[in-house]
Amino acid sequence: MRERALRLGDDSLILGQRLSEWCGHAPMLEVDLALSNIALDLVGQATLFLGLAGNADELAFHRDVLDFKNCLLVEQPNGDFAQTVARQFLFSNWQELMLRELCDSKEFGAIAAKSVKEVAYHARYASEWVVRLGDGTEESRARMVAGLDWMWRFVDELFDDETAGLRGEWDARIDAALMEAGLDRPKARRGIKGGRDGHHSEHLGHLLSEMQFLPRAYPGAVW
Amino acid sequence: MSVLDILRGVPDPEIPVVSVVDLGIVRDVRDDAVVITPTYTGCPATLAIEKSIREALDASGHADMRIETVLSPPWSTDWISEEGREKLRAYGIAPPSRHQARCPHCGSAHTEEVSRFGSTPCKALHRCLDCAEPFDRFKCH
Repeated sequence: MRERALRLGDDSLILGQRLSEWCGHAPMLEVDLALSNIALDLVGQATLFLGLAGNADELAFHRDVLDFKNCLLVEQPNGDFAQTVARQFLFSNWQELMLRELCDSKEFGAIAAKSVKEVAYHARYASEWVVRLGDGTEESRARMVAGLDWMWRFVDELFDDETAGLRGEWDARIDAALMEAGLDRPKARRGIKGGRDGHHSEHLGHLLSEMQFLPRAYPGAVW
Repeated sequence: MSVLDILRGVPDPEIPVVSVVDLGIVRDVRDDAVVITPTYTGCPATLAIEKSIREALDASGHADMRIETVLSPPWSTDWISEEGREKLRAYGIAPPSRHQARCPHCGSAHTEEVSRFGSTPCKALHRCLDCAEPFDRFKCH
C-alpha cells in the first residue's frame, strides 16, 4: 500500500513540478493560467497521496532520485508547447481511468474520488489542444506529431499489473482524439520502463535539484 | 451567536463576497469540531481558510473546538447555497450551472468560453457577445 501511494503521489508531484516550469513562459496568458492550474491540482493530489505514505514534505524534498517511483513519462522535459500537450494528453487520459477504478479502494478511494473530477478536466483540456494543433497549421501539426512521437515510448510503462486492464479504453480514447485531429497513431516501438523501480532518465535529477534546493539548503525553513 | 453564524462571517479569501458557509466548505458543526472540506485539492486558499476559521473560533470563545478536514464525499459546486450563487452573480461572477453561462453584467445568455481555466482553480474565463464584457464563471465541478 505504501508503494502504491508513492507511485500515485510521485506521478502527480513530478508532473506538477514540470508544468509549473511554464509559469510565466507559456505561449499566451490563458495557457499560462491553465498549465499552472493543472500543476496546482497535481501538487494538491501529491500532497494527499504522499501523506498516506508518510510525511508529504519529507518525501517530496528529502528523497533522492533512486527513491522516486513516478513513471518516466511525467519526468520528460516540457520541450515545446506541443510536446507538453502530448505528455498531458497521454498521461491525463490514463490517470483519469486509473483514478476512476481506484474510487472503490478502501485506502485511496476518498482521494481518488476527489481527484478524478479534476483530472477529467485536464484530460479534456489536453485532448482539445491535440485536436487544435493537429488540425491547425502545417507548423502546429508537425510539432504535435513530433511531440507525440517523442512521448509515445513511455506509454507502455503506464500499464503495469494493476492497470493493464485499462489499456483498451485508453487506446479507444486516444484514437478518437487522434482521428479528430487528423493524426496517425505513432508507430509502435519498444517501450522504455524503469521509473517504478527507481531507474529514471537523467532529466529527473535536474528537476529534483531545483525543486529540493531550498529545503535542503535551509532545513526546517518556514515562510 | 451560534458557531454557524460565526462561520457565516468568515469570507472566502479569494472571493471575499461569499462566506465559507455559502461555498459549502463547512460541512458540519459538532459540539467539539467544525468539519470542513477542500474545494480543489491544490487550491492555495485551503490553508488560508483553515487559518481564518481558527481565528474566528478563537476570537469568539471557541478555542476548544477542533477543525477537521474530510474529503468524502468530494466537494462539488452543488454544495454552493442559493444565497451564495446570488452573491456571486451580484459580484460579477457567473454562478455554476449546467446551462449556457449568463453574463453577470447584462444578463444575456449569448456568451462564449474564452479559456477553460481562469484566475483561480474554481473559475473559467468567459465573454459576453452582447455587451462584450469579459467575466469569470464558476466552473461546474
